[in-house]
Amino acid sequence: MAVSAASDKSKRQPLVNARFVEFLTKSWSYLFLLGLVVFFSLTGTGFFSVRNFSSILTTSTLIMLMSIGQTYVVITAGIDLSIGWTVGLSSVTTARVMRDLAAGGADVEYAMLAGVFAGLLVALIPGLVNGLLVARVKVPPFIATLGMFGIVRGAAFLLTDGQQVVRGLSAELREALRGIGNGSLLYHIPDHGLVWFRQPPDLEPTQIRQVSQLLPYPVLITALVVIVFAFILARTKFGRHTYVIGGSEEAARRSGINVDRHLIIIYVICGFTAGIAGVLHLFRFTAGAPQAGEAALLSSVAAVVIGGTNLFGGEGDIMGAVVGSLIIAVLQTGLVILNIDSIWQFIVVGVVIIIAVLVNQLQSALERLQSNV
Amino acid sequence: MSEAILTATGVSKHFGGLTAVDNVDFAVYPGEVVALLGDNGAGKSTLIKCISGVYRPESGRVIFNGSDITHQPPADIRSRGIETIYQDLALAENLDVGANVFLGKEVTRRLFGLLPVTDDSYMRQEASGVLDELDIHIPSLTQKLVNLSGGQRQAVAIARAMYWNAQLVIMDEPTAALGVPEQRKVLALIRSLREGNIPVILISHTMHDVMAVADRMVIMRRGRVVANIARAEASEEIIVRHIVGSAENGENAVMI
Repeated sequence: MAVSAASDKSKRQPLVNARFVEFLTKSWSYLFLLGLVVFFSLTGTGFFSVRNFSSILTTSTLIMLMSIGQTYVVITAGIDLSIGWTVGLSSVTTARVMRDLAAGGADVEYAMLAGVFAGLLVALIPGLVNGLLVARVKVPPFIATLGMFGIVRGAAFLLTDGQQVVRGLSAELREALRGIGNGSLLYHIPDHGLVWFRQPPDLEPTQIRQVSQLLPYPVLITALVVIVFAFILARTKFGRHTYVIGGSEEAARRSGINVDRHLIIIYVICGFTAGIAGVLHLFRFTAGAPQAGEAALLSSVAAVVIGGTNLFGGEGDIMGAVVGSLIIAVLQTGLVILNIDSIWQFIVVGVVIIIAVLVNQLQSALERLQSNV
Repeated sequence: MSEAILTATGVSKHFGGLTAVDNVDFAVYPGEVVALLGDNGAGKSTLIKCISGVYRPESGRVIFNGSDITHQPPADIRSRGIETIYQDLALAENLDVGANVFLGKEVTRRLFGLLPVTDDSYMRQEASGVLDELDIHIPSLTQKLVNLSGGQRQAVAIARAMYWNAQLVIMDEPTAALGVPEQRKVLALIRSLREGNIPVILISHTMHDVMAVADRMVIMRRGRVVANIARAEASEEIIVRHIVGSAENGENAVMI
């Protein structure tokens, strides 16, 4: 006896062209990004330039790094509200360790390495606690990470003695930080052509203004993190189990997946990518700041949602978060170039988030419609 | 009749002062569909959970394929071939058929001889093979389960049990949430399991399902087995009388 539920259905014409709808719902954010770039390129002077694009990419790294970990968490139907302050904690910790080691007579390179290590390590702690609370104590992610939001914020400010920045970084240290944070693997300089690693020191001020960073280090580092975590999520068993947990935690448990351990690792990953963001923030601005990631937290969630990741879990990918982060960065820069008050950026991003959720709902509604025709 | 594949003898389970399962003997023979019937609270689900290892019975023994599985953890019992399909099916509906058949047991291959990645095309292929065996047709193997019908999802859960060499399938109310055409498909699946010589324990409230597929009906009431009736000797009326308890004076009970 044939058990073919679908054969009698699929012969009917679907109401909407399924492929077209799928294409549109899956790639609207890519098209939207492209549209924004075209729009700003046509309307804003100086938008369409290598220099500006490289600046947009650099700007986007903070939100992008945070949204990578956030994507994992959101796919398991969670959310991590604490990573904004984890960025700050990591930035401050890195700055203090570097400063104190350098002040104690250590080599700048050694102080920097130790600082980066400390900054990344400290970011794992809130992640671990979040994971334990969510997986073992069954605290809802929103509450657990909201608590951690306050704790990490306090910890970050304790490390600066309540100041807005970590004071006392030596000039030598700041110079070394800037070399990476504002440096590029490859420069394009008019009259010099392509230059690797370092900007020549003897440039005229007019030339300096025309230097284009073709491969800024923060962008390269972020790209590497994107590739690694996109690969893990899309291709490995670990990634698959992340989706299974997001689809049905019960199914995951019954199929023998160690859900608790998996969730803990995911919150640690989320802390880790925020930690990278914090360290990079310090390298770029050469000041350890507790509030480094404060404003970026909601943007990172926005980037995840705009990228098509479902807040109810089970769906989404890293490339979506990357595109979402780029959309936000392009809006930030583009509105400034058009001389529109940057406050409008909040409104536009807000509208885009709502569109993203609507498109997501439209997609599920159409899928349901098609399978129930 | 050949040797029983599963034998439970003298199984009892209490919850506080309540005796949920009271000294029950229960057996399943190769290739038969046994319906487990009874009113709410009769002890069907508790008995099943004593077999699948979710509960630990206080007394009695459960023997499966010649070995004692009483008090074994659920995962061990599952790996011995007793697969329980609950009403919620335990599927990840956001993933495709291949991913679901291999849930938690994903097959990987080495990318560039180095990085272990999930071998999705292999898993899809294997899933498609077992679906074919069950005579189930799913339009696209890359479809997420959320886009499939209830009956098709039930089929995927059964296919998964089959693929991992289930030797006894326990189904809890498999047709409860389905429309009539879908119910028929699930019943057809139960028959194909039987044709594959895999016995099925079917918990159901739906008399129609039971009459349609069961070879034998075991009826529970207040924690005890009150009747054990072969299909040939069963009628809806007899079954209902046992379920509600009006047959207990004996005139209509056909015990084997």
